[in-house]
Amino acid sequence: MSTDSAPKANWFSRLAHPGQFLSWTRPLVLPLAVLTAIAFGFGLYFAFFNSPEDYQMGDTVRIMYVHVPNAWLSQFTYAVMAAAALGTLVWRHPMADVAAKSAAPLGAIFTALALFTGSLWGRPTWGTFWEWDGRMTSTLILLLIYLGIIALWRAFEDQLRAGRIVAVFTLIGAINIPVVKFSVDWWNTLHQPASVFRPDGPRMPPSILTPLLVMTVAFTLLFLTLHIVRMRTEVLNRRADALSRQAAMGNKS
Amino acid sequence: MKAFWALVYRDIRLSTRVGGEAMTLILFFIMVGVIVPIAIGPDSKVLSRLAPGLIWIAAFLAMILGLDRLFRADDEDGSLLLMRHSRLPFPAVVAAKMVAHWVLTALPLILATPIMALLLAMDFAAWRDSLISLLAGTPGLVAFGAMGAAVTVSLRRGGLIAPVLILPLSIPVLIFGTSAIGESAGRSSAALLFLCAVSLMAAVLAPFAAALALRLSED
Repeated sequence: MSTDSAPKANWFSRLAHPGQFLSWTRPLVLPLAVLTAIAFGFGLYFAFFNSPEDYQMGDTVRIMYVHVPNAWLSQFTYAVMAAAALGTLVWRHPMADVAAKSAAPLGAIFTALALFTGSLWGRPTWGTFWEWDGRMTSTLILLLIYLGIIALWRAFEDQLRAGRIVAVFTLIGAINIPVVKFSVDWWNTLHQPASVFRPDGPRMPPSILTPLLVMTVAFTLLFLTLHIVRMRTEVLNRRADALSRQAAMGNKS
Repeated sequence: MKAFWALVYRDIRLSTRVGGEAMTLILFFIMVGVIVPIAIGPDSKVLSRLAPGLIWIAAFLAMILGLDRLFRADDEDGSLLLMRHSRLPFPAVVAAKMVAHWVLTALPLILATPIMALLLAMDFAAWRDSLISLLAGTPGLVAFGAMGAAVTVSLRRGGLIAPVLILPLSIPVLIFGTSAIGESAGRSSAALLFLCAVSLMAAVLAPFAAALALRLSED
């Protein structure tokens, strides 16, 4: 029998320590920001100067290079939140709460941007800002779910309890993600079906695919950077809260 | 099973004896039916075209109003805590409360649909379809409502947040519920089947999700 009953400090539990998290993410922020800027530089150059006009849509096709990455991130962020929710409920991982909380506003903004750019793109090509099409409706529902989750976070005073309860709701709301993903195949109304990830390969020329993929990588890097910065801010905020509470207790005695 | 039905009867007795809560709900439901024709004009053609949507919106609002009673009172006086430690599994307790809630809120609305049909100039077929679609869809609404009520039970000022949370989730019920009324025969039965599927899935999964949320908000 081993007498060592202390939990092993593997990488997973070391990640759970907020102080450790602060120290290992500190050197990551600047390089990530620089990488994001470089990716955006390349992506925007390709999108504006080095990609052809569409033979039907003309220059408006370039809206795609912001629309598609935002739409992809609106779903990716929810997947991150759902994974964090599992981390909260299964392992009671302290950083999972923080990850879920700081991802929610980012997801809401990406979803709103996807809807906004899509509406700007829809006006000249479809002739309408908004149509109750399957994918648009389900993306709008996604935005409402994000806003509901943010409202739920703000309604609780105790953020630890909030984390567990929001996690349950995040998992309930996750049923909407496959609906958004497959809405174009199920309803097939106005929005075009998937054209990049298809079993028979992408259905667009490389001259358009390259800027699209570069921009997607750039936006994903932007998400990673902002998410880490927001998580650090959240940890520091909670620490500041705890310190001011301790100070208040100290003054009373 | 005996404990399950005992819980259902307890909830029904509790809210029928104190005061006519169910009657108030019917009153609210019918008042929506009165207000809408005044607001958009008493043109019976327009009204009967809008009627399926109006009936569902009225039912939806009435269900949301009753949501707060589902767990709040039992959480405040501690009986929910007792039920957690009873021999009945906690999801079954939640399911019993959902059944009672459906009997108390959805059933009176369904019984009041004939009056709604008169007010909104629906013909017999449309009324029958709306009856069937409400019967099929309200269990789903109760299920989503139970999850919303469970998530917000520990919030003292959580009155508005539960509707905000469950509204986007219940949109499928509304979509299939309204399209099950008064469409051409082929499509309407497909919508009705989808409505039943959504309702059943939600009703099966909700007790577990709501029980988890209630358990997590206790400690």
